Amino acid sequence: MRTIIFRTIAPFLTALMILFSVFVLLRGHNDPGGGFIGGLIAASALAIFGIACGVASVRRAIYFHPMGVSGFGLFLAALAGILSFFKSQAYMTSQWLIFELFDVEIALSTPMVFDIGVYLVVVGAIGSIALALEEREND
Amino acid sequence: MTPAAIDDTTLLAVLAPFAAAVVAPVLTRWFKHNAAWPLALVPALIFLHFTGFIGPVSHGETFVASKAWAPSFGVNFSVYVDGLSTLFALLISGIGTFIILYSGGYLKDHAQQGRFFSFMFLFMGSMLGLVLGNNLISLFIFWELTSITSFLLIGFDNLRAASRRAALQALLVTGGGGLALLAAFILIISATGEIEMSALLGSPDIIKDTGLYLPIFLLVLGGAFTKSAQFPFHFWLPNAMEAPTPVSAYLHSATMVKAGVYLLMRMHPLLGDTVLWTTILPLFGGLTLLVGTLLAVRQTDLKLMLAYTTVASLGLLVMLTGTSHEKALEGAVLYLLAHSLFKGGLFMVAGTIDHEAGTRDVTRLGGLRSAMPITFAAACLAALSMAGLPPFIGFIAKEVLYYGTWNWPGAGLAVTLTAVAGNALMLVIAAAVALKPFMGPKVETPKHAHEGPVLLYAGPVVLSLTGLVLALMAHTTGELFVGPTLSSLTGEATHVELHLLPTSFNAPLILSLITIGLGIVLFTQLDRLRALMGAVLAAIGWGPDRGFDQFVAGIVGFSGRFTRLVQTGNMRTYMIVIFVFTAIAVLLPGYLTGGFPAMPDMPVYRFYEWGIFFIAALGLVAVLIAKTRLTAIVSLGIQGFAVALIFMMFGAPDLSFTQFMVETLSVVILALVMTRLNLMPNDHRPLPVALLTGAVACAAGLGMTLTLLAITQQPFDTRLSDFFAQYSRAIAHGRNIVNVIIVDFRGFDTLGEIAVVVLAGLCVLALIRVRTKPDKTAEASTVNARQAQVSEAR
Repeated sequence: MRTIIFRTIAPFLTALMILFSVFVLLRGHNDPGGGFIGGLIAASALAIFGIACGVASVRRAIYFHPMGVSGFGLFLAALAGILSFFKSQAYMTSQWLIFELFDVEIALSTPMVFDIGVYLVVVGAIGSIALALEEREND
Repeated sequence: MTPAAIDDTTLLAVLAPFAAAVVAPVLTRWFKHNAAWPLALVPALIFLHFTGFIGPVSHGETFVASKAWAPSFGVNFSVYVDGLSTLFALLISGIGTFIILYSGGYLKDHAQQGRFFSFMFLFMGSMLGLVLGNNLISLFIFWELTSITSFLLIGFDNLRAASRRAALQALLVTGGGGLALLAAFILIISATGEIEMSALLGSPDIIKDTGLYLPIFLLVLGGAFTKSAQFPFHFWLPNAMEAPTPVSAYLHSATMVKAGVYLLMRMHPLLGDTVLWTTILPLFGGLTLLVGTLLAVRQTDLKLMLAYTTVASLGLLVMLTGTSHEKALEGAVLYLLAHSLFKGGLFMVAGTIDHEAGTRDVTRLGGLRSAMPITFAAACLAALSMAGLPPFIGFIAKEVLYYGTWNWPGAGLAVTLTAVAGNALMLVIAAAVALKPFMGPKVETPKHAHEGPVLLYAGPVVLSLTGLVLALMAHTTGELFVGPTLSSLTGEATHVELHLLPTSFNAPLILSLITIGLGIVLFTQLDRLRALMGAVLAAIGWGPDRGFDQFVAGIVGFSGRFTRLVQTGNMRTYMIVIFVFTAIAVLLPGYLTGGFPAMPDMPVYRFYEWGIFFIAALGLVAVLIAKTRLTAIVSLGIQGFAVALIFMMFGAPDLSFTQFMVETLSVVILALVMTRLNLMPNDHRPLPVALLTGAVACAAGLGMTLTLLAITQQPFDTRLSDFFAQYSRAIAHGRNIVNVIIVDFRGFDTLGEIAVVVLAGLCVLALIRVRTKPDKTAEASTVNARQAQVSEAR
């Protein structure tokens, strides 16, 4: 599997896929996409990079343990719902902050933070399973 | 009289110990054991706060304060201050002050002293919340918190197996009782519609009128008897002596174990004075009293002797509460007060002896009076109160309770005789604890004994002196403490007249003299009595403590056998079971109702749609004829991609997108699992098995198809989709309805789902890391099972 072509292309492919996954994540509220799909794309990217260049280099590249990323995602998602408490609203009532930056309308919201949490959970969990399974063939 | 509302200071007083629990470790790091001084200010201030209630409460006033907690369920954090709760709050905070000081001396230089203080304060706050609790649900929560903090404190010395066992035992017994109590409270709430104790107490017959009296009564007893260590649940309390002595003095003599008695007293106006009440409570209470004292005589360890007399005292309190006779109830209140003071003090004395002399075995101690004069004095004062001799509060309590039991029209004689026997044995133990270590010739002890620091003797001295002062001011004690508390028990204003010395030569005095005489005779024969009890217990050879072990071992064994029966560890079995049940679930209803859907007319498809259907079918055929497993997995992917294309063509881009990704990842991960686990590349199932699994698969597939057909033939209910289409843009600012549903409309569901994903990921990771397991096939199947779960979670 670790042909020279694959090994050369894999880093670029991975970078593109991660970029694309973030794009899919952020556009998700209005167009097809979202944290779940984005997370799956990013997890596949990690898996490809792992197959091509070895799990050790993936772990070096993402620095955090993927399961930690996953846990942080869950924490972030749960935290996003708490913001509404400060306005005496029920848990997970969405909060929006819409403003203009360089003539572009930017919409920040708690559902977006929640979606980023979902993304991290999926990347972390699926990615760590894939990496753990790849590990033994490589080391 | 309706309770008056007060400000939130009392609520803060309940929460103050929890705040102290947070700062305790920091203070202990700064000041070492001297942190006890500033920390003891917390319970001291709480004590001061509650002294402010003594006056108004003695005039029959009651108070409530409340903060909404979960208002939609009627759950409030609320307190109810009356005579009973004031007495308990004063005992908890007052004794707590000295226990905190004592802990400072007792655990000096202990590496975990900060944590110990924290646990103690957590317990103190829970106990205050319990005795002041007005809302039944918050009362229950604090009740459970006392069980949990007790668990943490008994198991404080967590490196010793005996501590861990004792902690677990206490938690299981009291926690089991807590479940009974929860059931009782839920029954009360649903039967009466009231959730606040003050409201219930306002109409005392409310529970007796519901027809649910019997179950409520039994469930309340389940909670009270386990917490207050009534026979046959008494065994956990002596085992709890594994805890450091401050814990034994505070939780397991003065406060927590009285929670059960508190509950019975609190519920007395609601549940008491019925035939059931006056039969069961005196019976079990009396039995506990006798069992406790007899077992205490058997012991030579100071702490265990005291522990069993605590069991006995709790039995006495339950017995007296069970009579529902006003004078006996008065005796119970007095005895409760006396017991908290003298037993807390004696435990601390036992701890000091252990701390300074290095042993607490009464046969290896002697002649400490000159080395530890202050401790000796405190021990004598406390023991005199315990023995029921004048001029101590214990004596007054004994006089009053004899008067009560003697005049009880129920089984008065039996109860009185039980009390006399119990009290005589209690006197024996009091004498043994206070005299044996200190009197007689000096005995060589493991450590060179000398008087402990002020932190150690402050508690016993103050508590035992309080027992003396309360007795000397008998009239005031009766007016300020006993009377108001008794009013809470009887449900009506009650006046109590106490005298230090008997006013006439009456039956209680004669009974007292008999008790003292009997006690002295038995004390001279203590060694013989101990040997006799030892022989009797050896002859019986079985006790509830052993029974508990057998019970736990039985449950663990049953659960193990049951698990092995259900969880075979064979992946194929799991899958067959799952699919058989799926097939039954989807086929049986249709078969029973005859409601199989009619075959719909074939719509007209375009040629490329047919093409995709063909590719999907081709993938399936490829799976069936595949030579190796890897080929089969990849072929299954073909079918999955074809389905994703179908989703795309019929207007579900999100679904299609996800399906593509899931299919890709599934193939990758399954292939990795194959190589990782060194599975056989080929499938070696014999023909009959293959036919069986094939049949199951066909049945499940057919069932799903029929179900889908049936669903699509129903008229489509558009309410939900209309709602989402209408509001997705308007209130959730999103055009992608699917995403808006996931992250906003049904965000809470998603939160649960991603929690499952995280957990599944952790489980898979843990299973992959298990490398030492020799049984390859078992491991493979469990990983596959997890894999299936993960796919399901998606």
